[in-house]
Amino acid sequence: MSLGKDLKHVATLEPETIPSTFPKKFPRRDSRLARLGENLRLVWRVLTSNRKVAIGSSIVAFFLLVAIFGPLLAPYDPTATSRLSETPPSAAHWLGTTATGQDIFSQLLYGTRSSVFWGFLTGLLVTLVSVVVGLVSGYFGGIIDEILSLVTNVFLVIPALPLAIVAVGYFPKGPLTIALVIILTNWSFNARLLRAQTLSMRSREFVTAARASGESAWRIIFFEIFPNEIGIVAAAFVSTVIFVLLAWTALEFLGLGDINTVSWGSMLYWAQQSDSIFSGLWWWFAPPGCCIALLGAALALINFGIDEIADPRLRSEISEHVPKELKEKAVT
Amino acid sequence: MRHLLRRILFYLFAAWAAITLNFVIPRLAPGDPAAVLLGNLQSRGIHVGAAYLKAIQAELGYNTGDPLPIQYLDYLNSLLHGNLGVAVTSSFEPVTNVIGRDIFWSLGLGLVSVILSFALGCLLGIVMAWKRGSLLDTILSPLLNFLSAIPYFWMALLILYIFGFELRWFPLTGGYDELNVDPGWTLDFIASVIYHGILPALTIVIASVAGWMLTMRNSMITTLSEDYVLMAKAKGLRTSRIMFAYAARNAILPNVAGFAISLGFIVGGQLLTEMVFSYPGIGYSLLQAVQNQDYSLMQGIFLVVALGVLGANFLAELSYAFLDPRVRLERSA
Repeated sequence: MSLGKDLKHVATLEPETIPSTFPKKFPRRDSRLARLGENLRLVWRVLTSNRKVAIGSSIVAFFLLVAIFGPLLAPYDPTATSRLSETPPSAAHWLGTTATGQDIFSQLLYGTRSSVFWGFLTGLLVTLVSVVVGLVSGYFGGIIDEILSLVTNVFLVIPALPLAIVAVGYFPKGPLTIALVIILTNWSFNARLLRAQTLSMRSREFVTAARASGESAWRIIFFEIFPNEIGIVAAAFVSTVIFVLLAWTALEFLGLGDINTVSWGSMLYWAQQSDSIFSGLWWWFAPPGCCIALLGAALALINFGIDEIADPRLRSEISEHVPKELKEKAVT
Repeated sequence: MRHLLRRILFYLFAAWAAITLNFVIPRLAPGDPAAVLLGNLQSRGIHVGAAYLKAIQAELGYNTGDPLPIQYLDYLNSLLHGNLGVAVTSSFEPVTNVIGRDIFWSLGLGLVSVILSFALGCLLGIVMAWKRGSLLDTILSPLLNFLSAIPYFWMALLILYIFGFELRWFPLTGGYDELNVDPGWTLDFIASVIYHGILPALTIVIASVAGWMLTMRNSMITTLSEDYVLMAKAKGLRTSRIMFAYAARNAILPNVAGFAISLGFIVGGQLLTEMVFSYPGIGYSLLQAVQNQDYSLMQGIFLVVALGVLGANFLAELSYAFLDPRVRLERSA
């Protein structure tokens, strides 16, 4: 939706590109390394300079740590049933137990691993598809662009979730199916974004220079243009992960995933199947949703921060465009 | 005019793509949906013979022995005749009947919620941009950011739990009070429908308002720094006039342009919301179709939702071209 709508501003973050008068004999690898170093420095500056980005990335880092080490800390086997069913949170079971006496805190720790892993991996693959389609379409133009743009725009307007439900329903249940279907239904938004970006970049001098020096189209696209769009791609990846997480949990909630593995979505599926709401078992369905919302909000926060860095007008201070005396006069 | 024609052609193509995807997906799938369906029926104690299996397969369009192009033409032909197959979950009623019955509930709920959230989101965005840095802006911005990351269905669960189960202010399921009220244009029925619709609508509005609001806020901030707004202020015009007639009027364009993408997302969210509230719309039928592997119903619902969203997008684009003359001029040039 609108989470990544203003990403185009990120383009202004790009480092200065090599001027076309750059001597051709100059070792090219060095310039690329320098560019990479500059990009890394830029990433660090972005991470630390803005409060929103700093808070968001801390939360994301926390979830990544839980995903890696969480299962080691889990007090119980997440699938082991016990006679202590439907107990509210206590010292022994921090987040209570399910209808079959499973420990919800342990489930949450294991579920974080599954959901975060698949969320980020699928997000990465979706971004990869958007990058390839967007850059190829924007660089080549002509008939290739016409066709790819048409397909992109079609996938953009066909509602993703209903399509995903139909597609998942026919295939064997499991994370692979969900991942493939989510890739199919979510790549279009960022592909369009990156196409527009590439379109504005392909007539730049450094691209013309590369073309004149006889570099192949693929090299130009992925080694000349792509590094210059790394900022916008990173932002696109962040917003994609939010959508992937939402779509993933929605499909699992409907029972279309592997309901026997522990994840945030499958926890919600079992909570719903056991009518946890109507038994008042809030500690069952609340924690997984909180995790999704918290992680999603943290990712969104990162993107808003990046937007603010790229477009200073969006920062929350009062704008200085209007002289203060004039402003007060106009309002009164 | 050329722009309009191009857009009409595009939407026709998109509709064809949706219809064709609907045909291709089942045929890419491994296994035999008809056999799954049959096994499902048998496990529920309904026994059917081999002849019936053949009928179901023909109905779903498999194993008819025809080559794919013929199957495709058959499929298009039955679509043209409004034949979407029969819904197993609804005792073999035609899918079109099931959808026809549910669609009014979904349309009613969806229209009211989308209009409410669009209006509310734009209004909040305008006020927040105008009073940037104020308490309202600093509290609402992060709060709505958090809300926009919450899955619709979980928001629905939470709202149902708090207002339906704990506080008992609203009913837990259904679209109207089926025990005490008869459907019809009576005051009782309408009141009951509104009473049952409040929580689902609230869910959709809360979950979708953030998107409209944040876009509106950002675009409004950009517009407010334009010279013509400064000019309006210098002329000493009323604040409300500058806010709405000068700035908001132009700042709303990105929201209208983003309507297409947002709508698909909201409709998906609405389907999930209906499932949680057992609201008698197509979302709830979709849930039953998914749980019972009722493929015909599933596909029928996808088709109706996809075509509906395409139609709504087309209308949104028309209104955009109407609102922003630059679009018409630029694209037809």
